[in-house]
Amino acid sequence: MPSHIKTKNCLPALLFGASLCLSQAAGAATAYISNEKDDSLSLIDLDTLEVIETIDVGQRPRGITFSQDYSKLYICASDDDTVQVMDVATHTIISNLPSGEDPEQFALHPDDRRLYIANEDNALVTVVDTVKEQVIGQIDVGVEPEGMAISPDGKVAVNTSETTSMLHWIDTDTHELIHNTRVDQRPRHVEFTKDGKLLWASAEIGGTVAIIDVDSKEVIKKIRFEIRGIHGDKIQPVGIKLTDDGKTAFVALGPANHIAVVDAKTFEVIDYLLVGRRTWHMEFSPDERYLLTTNGISGDVSVIDVQKRKAIKSIRVGRFPWGVAVKPD
Amino acid sequence: MNISAWWQAFFGILKRELLRFVHQRTRFISSLVRPFIWLAVFAAGFRAALGISIIEPYDTYITYQVYIAPGLVAMVLLFNAMQSSLSMVYDREMGSMRVLLMSPLPRWYLLLCKLTASALVSIPQAYAFLAIAWWFDVQPPAIGYLWLAPVLLVCGMVLGALGLFISSFIKQLENFAGVMNFVIFPMFFLSSALYPLWRMLESSDWLYWLCSVNPFTFCVELIRFSLYNQWNGEAATVVTGCLIGFIALAVWAFDPQRGASR
Repeated sequence: MPSHIKTKNCLPALLFGASLCLSQAAGAATAYISNEKDDSLSLIDLDTLEVIETIDVGQRPRGITFSQDYSKLYICASDDDTVQVMDVATHTIISNLPSGEDPEQFALHPDDRRLYIANEDNALVTVVDTVKEQVIGQIDVGVEPEGMAISPDGKVAVNTSETTSMLHWIDTDTHELIHNTRVDQRPRHVEFTKDGKLLWASAEIGGTVAIIDVDSKEVIKKIRFEIRGIHGDKIQPVGIKLTDDGKTAFVALGPANHIAVVDAKTFEVIDYLLVGRRTWHMEFSPDERYLLTTNGISGDVSVIDVQKRKAIKSIRVGRFPWGVAVKPD
Repeated sequence: MNISAWWQAFFGILKRELLRFVHQRTRFISSLVRPFIWLAVFAAGFRAALGISIIEPYDTYITYQVYIAPGLVAMVLLFNAMQSSLSMVYDREMGSMRVLLMSPLPRWYLLLCKLTASALVSIPQAYAFLAIAWWFDVQPPAIGYLWLAPVLLVCGMVLGALGLFISSFIKQLENFAGVMNFVIFPMFFLSSALYPLWRMLESSDWLYWLCSVNPFTFCVELIRFSLYNQWNGEAATVVTGCLIGFIALAVWAFDPQRGASR
């Protein structure tokens, strides 16, 4: 049936429209999505779940994160070899930070000032003072550094190096490498638990998520994934998000096009949720009602109802959406 | 003739259809087993092979099971409609149709009663299948189940009217096997029940065209949209048109002065 002659209306619009609108009103917020191949950001209103604006930024935007007061948005413009700083109120780029070559992911220190940037091509982690706009340290790490996380107390930064298959522990006071932890092949992302006691690390080719005890820096558990009808080679964990209550984790499984829901206490996989193609990174809405996933190949963002554990909508954005950050309105 | 006579005829025919259905337990079981096998075996096998992108009325990506469920609901209606038509052939052979046609009520009304009764009988079968499908992650919004009821009735009547029309040309019960081969299978396979039409377009223009004009496609889409709480004006228009057209054909074919049932 040709779609252009199809009319689509909400059947119970009159009777149920009001209740639908009420039920959709999550904590008012806007999601910023970096579109790697469009050199742009797509803005999604989390009330209406629709794209409200597209903003041109530097070349190949990937990792994005807000300053703590949400006044600035830091954008890894990988092909411009810089981290751009966007004024969130005006949506204009106000400065370019010296990030080192090919910045991909970064993490903002709890002091809201130091930015730890993984330079994929240079096997370096660059530390930038965002106020002075100066590089204040560079740490040699393994080949193809990617994931970055800072412990909640701010004392340790952890970087993943994809080719070396290691986690590199960096003292944030001395900027010295203090430990390396071997994990499965191609670690992509790291995430600390709220209490800072555990670190979750995904291994894309290994197909696992390692749980690491932060004190001993040893792997204490490995989570494996299995989806009926999908070959194991396609199950490639990347992004990880943990709910604030520490009970549930979500793991993006890349070309498996699914998000794994994991019990964060028992480390058992509870469910798999179908989303768009090649899903990598995720972010919660401020009230944790929704989880947004960027789906690179299908060029959209899937919205998961966290409570119901169900993908409720996929929203078309730019080409190859990569990172996502959410700002409360 | 007062209105109660019309009601009495309707309830009599409805009761007969219900009794026939209740007494044929294997018919009920097979009406559930058939789509269940498609859902549990066929759809499971194609789960990974057929990626379903976002298409109306779905808001996000869906599994193949979710996609084919409305088509399987329509399959329940289709088989029920054709079996009901088969019963007309049986009634004719056994002579019980003469009893029905002895009624002073007009023949078109009796056929309409028969169609409505047959469609009503198929509704609980469709819901029973959807209850099973819930366990296969086919979980449409609750309101969708409500909107589905009238759509099932209308689609059941469309397919029933087509079945009645076809059964007018069947002289013997044995000929019904041909209906399976030349009506049910082509109608089902050449529709959007198993694959989205854009998939058909990728493989062949004429296959796409055949699927696009198949009334069964419009029944499937009307079921799909209503189940997901949305309105498809095009499908509703075509299904309504088919309802009027097929009923007219069925009534015409059963006219002793003109049809093949002479």
